[in-house]
Amino acid sequence: MNFPILSILILLPMVGVALIMMLNRENQWVIKGTAMAVALLEFAVSLPLWFWFNSNTADMQFVELYPWVPSYGISYYVGIDGISLLLVLLTTFITPICVLACWEDVQDKVKEFMICLLFLQTGMIGVFVALDLFLFYVFWEVMLIPMYLLIGVWGNPARRIYAAVKFFIYTMVGSLLMLVAILVLYFYHAKVTGVYTFDLLKMYGLKIPFEMQFWMFLAFGLAFAIKVPMFPVHTWLPDAHTEAPTVGSVILAAVLLKMGTYGFLRFNMPLFPEAAWYFVPLFSILAVIGIIYGALVSLVQVDLKRLVAFSSVSHLGFVMLGLFSYTMAGVQGGIIQMINHGLSTGALFLIVGMIYERRHTRMIADFGGISKVMPVFATIFMIVTLSSIGLPGLNGFVGEFLILLGAFKANKAYAIMAATGVIFAAAYMLWMFQRVMFGVVTNEKNKNLKDLSMREVVVLLPVLLFIVWIGVYPNTFLEKTKASTANFVAMMEKSKATKVAAADVIMKGDQR
Amino acid sequence: MIQYVWLVPVFPLIGFLINGLLGKKISKNTVSLVGPGSVGLSFAWVLGCFWEYLHLPAKAKPVEVFVFNWITSGTFNAQAAFLVDPLSLVMLLVVSGVGFLIHIYSVGYMHDDPGYARYFSYLNLFVVNMLILVMANNFLLMFVGWEGVGLCSYLLIGYWYEKQSASDAGKKAFVVNRIGDFGFLLGIFLIFYTFGTVNFREVFAQAHNFPVGSAILTIITLCLFVGATGKSAQIPLYTWLPDAMEGPTPVSALIHAATMVTAGVYMVARCSALYVMAPISMTVVAVIGLATAFMAASIGLAQNDIKRVLAYSTVSQLGYMFLACGVGAFVAAIFHLMTHAFFKALLFLGSGSVIHGMHGEQDMRKMGALKNKMPITYAVMLVGTLAIAGIFPFAGFFSKDEILFKALTDGHVGYWAIASLGAMMTAFYMFRLIFMTFYGEKRWDHHVHPHESPPVMTIPLIILAILSTVGGFVGIPLIQGWNVFHEFLAPSIAHVAAGHEVHHSMTFEVMMMLVSMGVAGIGIFIAYKMYIKQPELPAQVTAKVPGLYDLIYNKYYVDEIYDATVVEPIKNGSVFLWQEADSKVIDGAVNGTASVVDRLSLVIRKLETGYVQNYALGILIGVAVITGYYLGR
Repeated sequence: MNFPILSILILLPMVGVALIMMLNRENQWVIKGTAMAVALLEFAVSLPLWFWFNSNTADMQFVELYPWVPSYGISYYVGIDGISLLLVLLTTFITPICVLACWEDVQDKVKEFMICLLFLQTGMIGVFVALDLFLFYVFWEVMLIPMYLLIGVWGNPARRIYAAVKFFIYTMVGSLLMLVAILVLYFYHAKVTGVYTFDLLKMYGLKIPFEMQFWMFLAFGLAFAIKVPMFPVHTWLPDAHTEAPTVGSVILAAVLLKMGTYGFLRFNMPLFPEAAWYFVPLFSILAVIGIIYGALVSLVQVDLKRLVAFSSVSHLGFVMLGLFSYTMAGVQGGIIQMINHGLSTGALFLIVGMIYERRHTRMIADFGGISKVMPVFATIFMIVTLSSIGLPGLNGFVGEFLILLGAFKANKAYAIMAATGVIFAAAYMLWMFQRVMFGVVTNEKNKNLKDLSMREVVVLLPVLLFIVWIGVYPNTFLEKTKASTANFVAMMEKSKATKVAAADVIMKGDQR
Repeated sequence: MIQYVWLVPVFPLIGFLINGLLGKKISKNTVSLVGPGSVGLSFAWVLGCFWEYLHLPAKAKPVEVFVFNWITSGTFNAQAAFLVDPLSLVMLLVVSGVGFLIHIYSVGYMHDDPGYARYFSYLNLFVVNMLILVMANNFLLMFVGWEGVGLCSYLLIGYWYEKQSASDAGKKAFVVNRIGDFGFLLGIFLIFYTFGTVNFREVFAQAHNFPVGSAILTIITLCLFVGATGKSAQIPLYTWLPDAMEGPTPVSALIHAATMVTAGVYMVARCSALYVMAPISMTVVAVIGLATAFMAASIGLAQNDIKRVLAYSTVSQLGYMFLACGVGAFVAAIFHLMTHAFFKALLFLGSGSVIHGMHGEQDMRKMGALKNKMPITYAVMLVGTLAIAGIFPFAGFFSKDEILFKALTDGHVGYWAIASLGAMMTAFYMFRLIFMTFYGEKRWDHHVHPHESPPVMTIPLIILAILSTVGGFVGIPLIQGWNVFHEFLAPSIAHVAAGHEVHHSMTFEVMMMLVSMGVAGIGIFIAYKMYIKQPELPAQVTAKVPGLYDLIYNKYYVDEIYDATVVEPIKNGSVFLWQEADSKVIDGAVNGTASVVDRLSLVIRKLETGYVQNYALGILIGVAVITGYYLGR
């Protein structure tokens, strides 16, 4: 298979950007149509990844490796395994949905908006497929700019600048430390092997002393933890989500947050496995706090978007807990839950966006009784809500169950505490649903709301399809992640022994 | 047919999809055909399976029907597969049979409701999940049905969602059930890590490898029981069930009386192999069951809403079932589960018929003298009441008597005494209901014109009345070898310390039967005295013990206590977390850092004057300092 699918996936949106740049800005429909066509084509191109992917190997597939700046050991090196496959597909899946979702919503600077969106897609795909640390860092930073613009330009006028700057600075702080760590790693590799390279897979083989791992883990970890976001570096998220336009929130929730969890799985843990073991208690406890804290704070939100944003903190806490269990179930559950969260929370933001378009308010108190006036909307909203609270038969349950199963093996106390999040999730989601959808319509403005249009139903249906599919037959997806997860877990198991020894050294060092 | 037993839930699933997706487009008659019809097909298929099962050779039993692998991760595998054994067959018959009758009844009861198709789609979905629950061959698939019925319960309790109290009650049911499910889930984790599988038969086959009273089995069974207390409304998680009466009455009959709420009992009986190895858990189950039976019965004494009386009665009867499980009489528990499904569905549907005839009135104080206005309803409700009160030969007599008898012969005289007292209260409050509703003077408003319900409602009532009358005969305890029910269920149920079975003399059994009849008789007599003979008596009694009456009338203030100790603190704590911890502390630190940087840069900016001379001076000073440093070293 010499067909460079991944490069096409990276470049195609940029081609779209170039095309749209040449279009007359007055021709809004042409611009939207072009964006849509590119996004759909991108999705179509990504489908062979699914069918040609070999589930039986943990090796990187669809690999492309070309020297880029050979003198510094920088190369254009891309490939995917079972961990990134689903995330790439999620990205190509969600983008056309986003284009269609903002079809009528975005009126202002449509051209720039679509350019940002497609530019963002290139960045997102790049982050998930890059196997060269330098290349990864480039995509990581590139992606930041369009997102910053989406929030800052098309956001809610009142606070969009604050939210955008907060998002940017938060992310930059983490990224800079990560850049330092990448360089340290680069020079360390050169020192040990004499070869200057940013090749991630070569880095995996390094035997890094524990003390160095310790700091490197923290440097990478902070960047990713901010992105996830983990408690207590989550406070950019509610602001960013609340102020961003609908599509911005959807992409943020569905894809951008996954870069944090993906980063842990792809970089932190395999590069610094001993430190990864050492930090299990810290990160697990933060994950558990995130689960419960996010859920409790969601309970009392008065703004729909903020509620969904805080619920993300809770859901992503589950993912982190699963990953840090280093068990088959926990990690597979974590990966599936990344997808699940992308689908459910993405859909929730779409839903909130749809109702916002009609009423121009996100306050829960402004609604009530919507079920009566918008029955189709009510049904879809209900299903997505149930998916979000992990009802068996829908996708959320599969992820949460596997995560808790894995976490339970690793540490019963964490798992038990985390499982209480399942109770709170039911409480905050159903209470929100009740206040928005049930009761009698009291607000005059809600009496004549139009139910979902055909376009809006088309936006949501594909998401619903996967919500049910993953819930009823998750093995389709678990199968794809099996080999890579098994490989990861085996690698972590192997380094567990050395970790114990390393921790002893630290202990003794302290005593001295 | 057994090989295609998966069709049993598929029929109502198709019904759900048709009514759910096309409900608005198809005619009401089509909805009425699809809704009950799909469940009727299930019932017919179950009957076929039952017949086939009876004729299977012993070594072919039980049957497991594999459909597909559902969740596979590492060594964990949960199948979508069904177990057909005596226990699941009994449950299947009850669920699809009673479910079918209640669907038919709903055609009449819900006829004028604008959400007719939505109602039937929910009801069908409920049946799907309930069938999955009882047919699952493993804990996780059971959990699917378990949460699924919870969802439908939520949807149907809050069916009239425009009513605040209805949507509140639905939400409460779901969240309280989730607390129980939390325990269930932990139980599943422990089972997987203890036995390496979640398949029922594989787990139970290993159970005897553990010593009796082993800690892990005790913890597992207690976790599972936490789940059961949620679903089956036992102390401390029973508070959602009385509120659940906000739903349409057929829903109360199907979900909150006959089937869903018995899921906990089914689960404990299904896990009898685990429970018999954990005596502590058995004691907990028995004590919780007994306490719930007694407490709920006492609350039932003073309620005036006809459905609330029945709701507390259900909680109480479920308590009896758990008491039976707790003393090792799992078959008796399932027996009572079955007869209870008949007579409680009957009572609820009967009360629905009353409410229907009274234009929605549920307060018994506004009823009275309905006997002649609704003769069929009256007759069938009397049958149901006699059954629940435990009067020979009605169904409840056999099953309840067996529970009391097992409690006594198991050496728990205390259990027996309290349970008997509860039975007396049961007889009292049920006859109080009958007397207040059908006898005495008419107390209804002048614009109410009570009328009998149409045949589509009364025919299911009559069928249930027949079942409530003769249903007990499958489990006649007296004559050895005649207890068909025991014999049939035996392969599914584990026994406490095999060989312990002691046979009591027939005289003793008959004597105990007479005693329990006598106990019920006393309850009926008191009710008769208070509500027929001397209607002024109730007021006098309550006046004598106002404190006690208030306590019971207000359900021991348990809801208020939960609100004050759990709900409010969580809400207030969450507000604190959000507004103080999140906004002020964490985000405050972030914004604080930003403003410090901001202010620092203001200072630094002053250095950037733009005058070359200033910079030159700076450079000069720098050079001087560095040179000075090196020279002075």
